[in-house]
Amino acid sequence: MIMEKNESNMVTIHVMGKSHEVPGDLTIMKAMEYAGHQFRRGSGCRGGYCGACATIYRTKGSYKLLGALACQKMVEDDMYIAQIPFSPAEKKTYDINDLRADANAFMVHYPEISRCLSCNTCTKACPQDIMAMDYVQAALRGDVSEAARLSFDCISCGLCAVRCPAEIVPYNIAQLARRLYSKFVDGPAEHVLEKVKEVEAGKFDDELAELQTLDRETLKERYETREKRL
Amino acid sequence: MKLPYYPGCTLKTNAENFETSTLEAAEALDIELVELPRWNCCGTVHALAKDDVMHYLAPIRNLVRVDQMLAEGDVEDGKLVTQCVMCWNTIKRANTAAIEDPDKMGKIKDFMEKEPEYSGKVEVLHFLELLKEKGWDTISGAVKLPLEGLKVAPYYGCLLLRPREVALDDPDNPRIIEDLLEALGAEVVDLAYKSKCCGAYHAVHLKEVTAELSHKILSQATELGADMVVTACPLCEFNLGKRQHEIKKLHPEFGSIPVVYYTQLMALAFGLNEEATAFDENTPDPRPLLAEKGLIMER
Repeated sequence: MIMEKNESNMVTIHVMGKSHEVPGDLTIMKAMEYAGHQFRRGSGCRGGYCGACATIYRTKGSYKLLGALACQKMVEDDMYIAQIPFSPAEKKTYDINDLRADANAFMVHYPEISRCLSCNTCTKACPQDIMAMDYVQAALRGDVSEAARLSFDCISCGLCAVRCPAEIVPYNIAQLARRLYSKFVDGPAEHVLEKVKEVEAGKFDDELAELQTLDRETLKERYETREKRL
Repeated sequence: MKLPYYPGCTLKTNAENFETSTLEAAEALDIELVELPRWNCCGTVHALAKDDVMHYLAPIRNLVRVDQMLAEGDVEDGKLVTQCVMCWNTIKRANTAAIEDPDKMGKIKDFMEKEPEYSGKVEVLHFLELLKEKGWDTISGAVKLPLEGLKVAPYYGCLLLRPREVALDDPDNPRIIEDLLEALGAEVVDLAYKSKCCGAYHAVHLKEVTAELSHKILSQATELGADMVVTACPLCEFNLGKRQHEIKKLHPEFGSIPVVYYTQLMALAFGLNEEATAFDENTPDPRPLLAEKGLIMER
């Protein structure tokens, strides 16, 4: 019975031109593995967080070239698939202390940003539903806070960069925006600095020394009840 | 009066004094300029190739935002107020071209997909045009400190008057800035070079070209006895004002003359404070001259 159920749910996918019959309830990544592909690149966390498994695909009867994360997107019948495990991009080296939170920081390191046509192709390509064009535009006018806020969920999968007709690498802009934001707008996390001071002053030394003497069972018990004890 | 307002990138970066003085002067005239949500680049340069639809996306997308503001009831009128002359020129020309060409509008709509279709009903206005609509009497009615004894040379540059189809005034004999300055009580100095090129983007790679062209304009202003030059363009302000040290390299005898935005003189004449006039961001500093004329306090 299980066999029958699976068989009725089989779909055909075309991986780089080669067709495979795969169960329709799998993600692209699992379906490709089912079909015999082994991922050496283009796979990471398998949970939609790392951005390693960028994939482009078309479905039958549609002119649209779509993007997705292979570990998140379910296969569809007659899906044409290609992996984009890496997007060639120049990442600039800069010392954050030499920068200011303004438009110039972006223009100096990524001057191609001014080629943005506001076509929104990056936004359409984003598997995270990030308004990529909007954060590029915010960066262009020096609105670092808005650029950082809008790009917060970016996982640097690179699909925006391979689709941009102006050859901008939006995720590099996003990363710079968030760095500028944390350095100059948000400022240091005071509670972390406080905690570091406490650590340095030896506040937790006794506790740590005690932990080193405990047996496995006690440690396990301590770990499991750690939130209750707080 | 609540109107949609498109600032453009330069008013947010290198010409913040232009934006500050604009918003403050507008408020003094009971005009509330509401910044467009999610605005993007104006497109910067109008696409001259007829089939270059890609370059229409930026300006038209901004016009879609105006439609959305109207639909939301955030503004009372579908007139989009712009201030940077480049933004005004680009958005206005794209608007006209798209409205006149349904095929082009169709392609833009198809490409933009998720955006609502542009109504084609937005009117793109330069802030100067809005002032003219308000009436020069209204402007002079708001003046608390007439700019008496201040000789000002209006400099239009290229984009307010070119091409002829979009010009906000008679391209051969513009009056709009002159009328404004007279309403503010200033004395107008008429420049023959008022719509000659300042060198524009040659500032990037041919500084000498810009310096020579700007030198001609500023020298004429000085010869005719102007105290300062007034402009509506951030790039003109940069070439004529902030780059005067480049002119001095080629013409050591050249002195200096302040170059300010027309809105800064409005803010001054309306009796607004230092934050509104924002003269501290101009180079050369116009404040010693204004103090000499008794228009601001000695520092």
